[in-house]
Parts: sequence; structure tokens; C-alpha cells
Amino acid sequence: MSATSDHLNQDGLKKLAARENLTFLGLTLPYLLMVAFLIVIPVGWLFYLSFIGRDGTFSFENYERMITSRSYMRIFITTFKISILTTIICTLIGYPLAYFMSQLSRKWANICMVGVLIPFWTSLLVRTYAWLVLLQKKGLLNNIALDLGLISEPIKIVHNTTGTLIGMVHIMLPFLILPLYANMRAIDKDCLKAASSLGATPTRAFWTVFFPLSLPGLFAGLLIVFVLCLGFYVTPAILGGGRVIMAAMKISSNIELYFSWGAASALGVVLLVVTAIILYIASKLVSLDQFGNK
Amino acid sequence: MSFLNKNVSETQIRLKNRLWLYIFSFITLFLLIVPSLVVIPMSFSASQYLEFPPQEWSLRWYENYFFSWKVENGFNDWMAATWTSIKVAVLTIFVAVPIGTMAAYGLVNSSSRTSKILFPIFISPMMVPIILVAIGLFYFFVQFKLVGSVLGLVIGHSLVALPLVLIIVFSALKNYDMNQEKVARSLGAGRFRAFREITLPQIKFSIISASLIAFLTSFDEIIISLFVAGGDNSTITRSMFLALRDQIDPTIAAISTILIIISSGLLIIVQLLGNNKDQH
Repeated sequence: MSATSDHLNQDGLKKLAARENLTFLGLTLPYLLMVAFLIVIPVGWLFYLSFIGRDGTFSFENYERMITSRSYMRIFITTFKISILTTIICTLIGYPLAYFMSQLSRKWANICMVGVLIPFWTSLLVRTYAWLVLLQKKGLLNNIALDLGLISEPIKIVHNTTGTLIGMVHIMLPFLILPLYANMRAIDKDCLKAASSLGATPTRAFWTVFFPLSLPGLFAGLLIVFVLCLGFYVTPAILGGGRVIMAAMKISSNIELYFSWGAASALGVVLLVVTAIILYIASKLVSLDQFGNK
Repeated sequence: MSFLNKNVSETQIRLKNRLWLYIFSFITLFLLIVPSLVVIPMSFSASQYLEFPPQEWSLRWYENYFFSWKVENGFNDWMAATWTSIKVAVLTIFVAVPIGTMAAYGLVNSSSRTSKILFPIFISPMMVPIILVAIGLFYFFVQFKLVGSVLGLVIGHSLVALPLVLIIVFSALKNYDMNQEKVARSLGAGRFRAFREITLPQIKFSIISASLIAFLTSFDEIIISLFVAGGDNSTITRSMFLALRDQIDPTIAAISTILIIISSGLLIIVQLLGNNKDQH
């Protein structure tokens, strides 16, 4: 008698737990539907469109064009060149700054953090515009250099690759510093003390102990910057002055000017696949849980 | 110069060894903050050209911005675009925050296996290149005649804001003891009532932060707006971008100054809320 009622009780509890789980899943449903209808279906549709030729039948012509056409090759090269350069410059500037901040007391580090967060929250367009103002021929930078006698006539630093790089590094730097700083903060200072008590010079302690421990944060930041750069649109469009054409800009002009959905979709698919591969590698290298969620 | 020999860490690094790092870091921080601020003096210049420092001061660019609705020219109708932006950003809060909070709540309470599958799906709007999302939405909205409508913009911006809302609310709920809700329910409160009266007050600061960030995300969004907005419903950033591609209009400096004030104001509020952490 008591055994059966126990049994029934357990059955009932299991059912309740199952219903409970279902309710929680139900709460995520609106979000899931939005992603399904607004990301999965449209992107899937673009994937399909990329295999439709000009005559409306199945063909690889959109992908063939990317391999054979010179202008597409140039766009790929520009996109990767700008992304790689931005990532490298961000690393060279961001690593020392993150290291500096990680060595400060919490209070001072938080003050410096405001310096990193202000540009992070300032409109991307405003920052791009500010660089346009600073770098133009009659801009502040040229004027100062002229006054100091560094140059004899204004030099061209905007509407080209240089200007684009300056703007993009400025915009991307916080994305590198935030994960890197979090990682460096978490490094146990006792490890460095141990190294120095065993006779390591500060330089040696840094390279053999601190630097390897900071690599996960560095990779995380680096990959975020690189992936974001690949899809960049606004900054190169304004600071590049039409001379720097990246993949996202070509996708946009294919649609806005030529209504050529097949070509735009194929380029988009390539961009998506490259991004997905990099993010997959990133998730293997660094546990994504790190990003403050667990 | 004895202060140069002061120890700056516990591993006998002296200040003079670190001096380059300090100088380098100060320069970098300076370059991070100051360039954006250059638009503020520019916006008060009387000149049409962007000269720095301005020779004469005036408020003409602010006038140009605030009284632009008088101009019978859709392109430079800054005020109308501003209103669209504000409308869309506020509506985005009301779409993204409830949906994101519900999903975060469901995710926290579901098994770790389920959340491992769902989490990457939820942050996918952040991972997929935004230009792809934009043209995908454009294609989708053409079928439903949503291009150029406020509704279309709200849907697009909510999609971008959702992952941010999710991450903020999720991490707040992670640090919250869900047993409190169980206690309330064992005392007879319904599920929703337990959430509203026990959980919600304790995560309210995170919800407010998430709302402000959703607002800012929508207000600053450009690429989706470029494709989805149009006609009478241009957003302010879209109008600025289109104007910037063609000429350097100093009115943009005035608008930029206003945007800097708005975003740093919101950032300060978010930071203060962060110090005022939700009590768990």
C-alpha cells in the first residue's frame, strides 16, 4: 500500500518537474521565434539566393564570379588586410594598457575603465565623424604638424587606408581591452611573486609566467576584434572615401545600386562562413562561459 | 630622483622600469577619450568649414538642427528623424526587455544541457555579421510591406538589443537565489506573483540597465536602419550617415555633441546603478 503510494507520488513529481521544465522553455519561445523568423529564415533564404544565377536557375555563377573576378579578389584582400592590421595594432596598443590597468588598485583601474567605456558607448558615427574632422587636410592634426614644422604641406591622412585604420583601431580597442583586462585581473599575483622569489628577473617573470596566463584573454579579444572588423561598414565607408571597399560595403552596393541579390548573398555567405569558422575556433580555444555569464 | 627607485609591484619592479608603460598608457587613454570631444568646440563654430580652433562662435548649427522641420526638404529633416529615433528606441525597450528577461529567466531555470544549446542561438544576432542581418530583414520586410515603417525598425533594433538584455539579466539571475521564489510559492503565491513580488524587485537595477542599453543600442544603430528605414521614417543616425557620405555639414557636429551628452549621461546612470548593485 505505502509502496504504491510512494510510486504514485514519484510519478506525480516527475510529471510536475516535466511540466515545470516545459514552462521555462515556453518562456524562451518568443526569443526563439524572433531568432528563427528574423535570422535563421532570412539568412537561409540568402543562402538559397546565392545559388540562383541571373537566368533564375540553379548555378554556381555567383561563387565563380568571386574567384575569377579581379574586383572581388581585391575586396577580399582589402577586407582581410584591414582586419588583420587593425587586430595587430589593437593588440600592440591594447595589451600594454590592459596590463597597466591590471597592475593598478581597483579604484584607479575603475577610473581608467571609464576612459575605455566612454568611447565604447559613444555613437560609432560620432567617433568616425570626429576622426574625419581631425584628419582632414585642414584638420587639427595637419595644422599642428604644420605649426611644428614637421611637414611643409598638409598630408593626406583621411579618405584612404591610413584614415580607415586609425578610425577602426579607435573603435575596436575597447573590444580587445575588456576581455583581456578581465583575464589579467584574474591572474594570481602570487605566481609572479613565486617566480621572482626563485630568482626570475621581472622581465623573465613576465614572459614565462604572466604572458602565457594572459593568452586566453588575448585570444578572446583578438578574435572578437577580427570578426567585427570583417563585417565593418560605416567607418571604412566614411573614412575610406570610396578608396577602401570592404566586403560589407560591396554587399550593400550590390543591393542598393545593382539589385543583384545573388552576388550580394554569395558574398554574405562567404563572410558568414569565415566568421563562423573563426568563432568555432575561438570557442575551442577559450571557453565562452568566461564572458561573465557563469 | 629617488622616487624613480620606488617599488611599484611586489616583484621589485622600480618606477623607472615602468615609466614607459605609464606614459604609454596615459597617451592611449587620452587618445581614446579626447578625439570624440573635438566635435564639441566645432559645433559652436560660425564657419561653414571645419576649422579648428574655430575663429568665430555661433549657435547657427544648433538652430539649423532644431528648426530643420521648417525646411521643406525631406533629406535634412533632422527633427523628424530625431523623433523617429526616439520613438523607435523607446518601443525597442518595450519589446526587447520583456522578451529578453523572459528568456533569461527560462534559461536560468532550465537544465544545463538545454541552456548550453540555447545560449549560442540566443547570442547569434551578435555573431552574424550585421550587414547580413540587415539585408535579410530587408528582404523579409519587403514581403510584409514593413520597409520604411516604425514597426520594421523596432523589430530590427530589438533583434540587435536582445542579446545584450539577455546577458545582463541572465547574469543578475545567476547570482540570485531562486529558492526565494519557491518559498513564496509554497506559501501560496502563484508563479507570476512570486516573480513580480519577490524576484523582480531584487533584479530591478539590472532590468533598468538593460533598458537603457537597449535604448542606446537602438538609438545608435545604423546599418539595419539604412536598409529598413526610409521615406518619412529615417532615423537620426541614418540621416547623419547619408549626409556624411556627401559633405561635411557642421550641423552634424551639433547633433554629435547632443549624442555625446545623451550617451555619457546614460553611461553614468548605468555605472551608478552598477555600484548600487541588486541585493541578493
